[in-house]
Amino acid sequence: MTRLGHLLKQRETGIALALILVVVFTTAKNPAFLFSTDGWRDLLLTPSILMLVAVGQAIVIITRNVDLSVGSVVGLTAYLTGRVFIDLPGVPWPLVFVIGLVAGGLLGLINGALVAFAKVPALVITLGTLYIYRGINVMWTGSDRINSSDMPREFLALGTQSLLGIPYLTIIALVVLVIAGWYLHTQRAGRELYAIGSDPAAAHLYGLKVTQRVLAAFIVCGALAGLAGVLYAARYGTVNSQAGSGWELDAVGAAVIGGVAIFGGSGTVWGAAIGAYLLLTINRALPVIGVQDFWQRAVVGVLILGAIVLDRVLAVRQSKRLTEARNR
Amino acid sequence: MSDTSEQTAQPSAHAVLELSRIAKAFGAVVALTNGTLRLERGSIHALVGENGAGKSTLVKIISGLYQRDAGEFLLAGESVDFTSTAQAKDAGIAVIYQEPTLFPDLSVTENLFMGRQPRGALGMIDRRAMRSEALALFERLGVRIDPDRPTLGLSIADQQIIEIAKAISLDARVLIMDEPTAALSGVEVDRLFAVARGLRDEGRAILFISHRFDEVFALCDTVTVMRDGAYIATSPIGDTTVAEIVRQMVGRDVTTLFPKQEVPIGDVVLEVDGLTQPGVFTDISFVARAGEIVALAGLVGAGRSEIARAVFGVDPYASGTVKVSGKVLPKHKPATAMAAGIALVPEDRRQQGLVLESSVSRNATLAIRKQLAKFGLITSAAENQSARVWASRLEVKTASLDTEVGTLSGGNQQKVVLGKWLATDPKVLFVDEPTRGIDVGTKAEVHRLLSELAGQGLAIVMISSELPEVLGMADRVLVVHEGRITADIARADATAESVMFAATHSAEEAA
Repeated sequence: MTRLGHLLKQRETGIALALILVVVFTTAKNPAFLFSTDGWRDLLLTPSILMLVAVGQAIVIITRNVDLSVGSVVGLTAYLTGRVFIDLPGVPWPLVFVIGLVAGGLLGLINGALVAFAKVPALVITLGTLYIYRGINVMWTGSDRINSSDMPREFLALGTQSLLGIPYLTIIALVVLVIAGWYLHTQRAGRELYAIGSDPAAAHLYGLKVTQRVLAAFIVCGALAGLAGVLYAARYGTVNSQAGSGWELDAVGAAVIGGVAIFGGSGTVWGAAIGAYLLLTINRALPVIGVQDFWQRAVVGVLILGAIVLDRVLAVRQSKRLTEARNR
Repeated sequence: MSDTSEQTAQPSAHAVLELSRIAKAFGAVVALTNGTLRLERGSIHALVGENGAGKSTLVKIISGLYQRDAGEFLLAGESVDFTSTAQAKDAGIAVIYQEPTLFPDLSVTENLFMGRQPRGALGMIDRRAMRSEALALFERLGVRIDPDRPTLGLSIADQQIIEIAKAISLDARVLIMDEPTAALSGVEVDRLFAVARGLRDEGRAILFISHRFDEVFALCDTVTVMRDGAYIATSPIGDTTVAEIVRQMVGRDVTTLFPKQEVPIGDVVLEVDGLTQPGVFTDISFVARAGEIVALAGLVGAGRSEIARAVFGVDPYASGTVKVSGKVLPKHKPATAMAAGIALVPEDRRQQGLVLESSVSRNATLAIRKQLAKFGLITSAAENQSARVWASRLEVKTASLDTEVGTLSGGNQQKVVLGKWLATDPKVLFVDEPTRGIDVGTKAEVHRLLSELAGQGLAIVMISSELPEVLGMADRVLVVHEGRITADIARADATAESVMFAATHSAEEAA
């Protein structure tokens, strides 16, 4: 198979084409969607934070687990970021990134430890921590909220400024994506995540460090959600107790749309990232082309179902082809 | 397939692997009392024995999955204590299972090298090196498998080859093949044997577990026989015969344990004629009469459970007919089969027969919920009333009818399943491995129960892999071998030898 042919057959390519189609179609309706300073910036900026969460989510889903608490982690770390600036005046802003990553990683560690050692499905565990983390957030925040005046200007600039026409947030998200994609593709530990998700029992027979790897996947997912929380504060400037709520479903949806199999073992973080872009870009495109507000969630649903049906069809076709190939 | 004799093992000071007097028990169930085995370099060693003789337990101890309770385990002369499969693997022991476990989403190459891929700069996996190594391995084995395709959809034979290739790339000294040929076609078996001989000539030790004596004699140079968890004998293949091995496998007193009462045999109740499902079973014909216990004997995987499931209508069949009391049943309709009076007590009662989280009475009435319902509602009183009848008739030992079934002992769970089906008032009862995993005392009770039920005019078809049970209980023994009935033996003529011989030979050979 030629390289081009291989590329065209990739699931990620299809999603990327869909994204381009959406952008082209919407721009044809309203050129400002792409060809205006704000339009271009929003196109890149809006999905960047979700992309980080979706990358973390994809890593967990690949191991045949799921992390439903990521939205709550985003909320908690976003509020934490504001609190740090208020309670420690003059704190150098790069430090809040470290704090966000560590805090998110710890929350992820709690998820991972419960899943790995309590042997309870991740769906149940993280559904529990979704409410617990959010509950802690509400208790801590109360009716309080962080305002942009509480945070240093350089930090807020990160959330809105650009470098050579590309927002800093997007650059950060892309760097994370490249590192994650590279790691999963080229490192032994990365490949083992796929093996574990493909057949956990076989992974044990192979002597792979299943517990350790699953734990690491949850920690990374939590840390990325923590990073997303910090960037959320920088981007929006105001943080209340509901920041990031509902993001867990967007993140899972992005991964599934991007071709990450919900039962693990296949898919890439690239796909999840493009899925995140498609999801949020469609959300922004629909009002532009005149689709009413309440239809927008339904479109997302159709997208997810469509992606799953497509995966099923492709899987059936592939398994047929592979069975035939063996009889050659 | 005859180049075995000139390649007898070189005697060496140390065997590669030596087990002596290995014991292993699981709670009260003793699986091994004396596991003894000695593998030499450059030898293919057969391990044979009935189902339940302890072969699998022994293999699992060698592969580090289980830990022995007692006995000696030497590898190249040194004592070892594996606590995980990873340790056994590192020590050079590889197991090729009947159905290999691979990662279906990953490529053949990735499956071969998972966890130990060749690496280059920055710890990056060197995919090119990995691929060419995979190709070299397949070349060496003389097989053609696309290294880039996912393992999803590969035949069992190819999957085994991948396992073998993995073992070789790990430089395994000991290869254990656990019934590798059970799912293979003739050509595939030949290819596997060619590979195995090649490995033997490289000086590796191979342990070959099989129920097919023709294969054992064609491939192996030494054979060890086990029975009831204990070592019986090891002999060079040239010094023994099939008859001798069969005698060693079954040689035990089987007369007293399982008495079936003599009852008058009535009319034909179940008539199965020419039942065929391609690839599963072929031309299955038999009858069962009222008061009769018919045993379907044979080895695990011969297709007996599949036959029962097809007759009951759970699984489809391509051709043939099933008649109950002279009336033809439609295919693939379990509800009709139940209404006509067939009941099936499945092999894996935990998965197929019981709702473990539910109460005894709910389970016991599962099959008759419609009859019990009044206006679509079932009262606990109705449930308990029906359940109480069967619980007392079958002497189920339970604290109360509300107890969760999952907490009962294996024997009592089996009684609840029996009760559930007997409540439907069947004419024909299929029981699949009725006493598997049940202690000896309860076993006898289940047997007494089956015998009593036959006495009340029920036709019973019993699937059992345990010879003593078959010989003690059955009025007639039908032996199934690879999806065909190869022998129909009356009670008077049924002996351990005749049944075991038919179970390991195809019809033409057995005749």
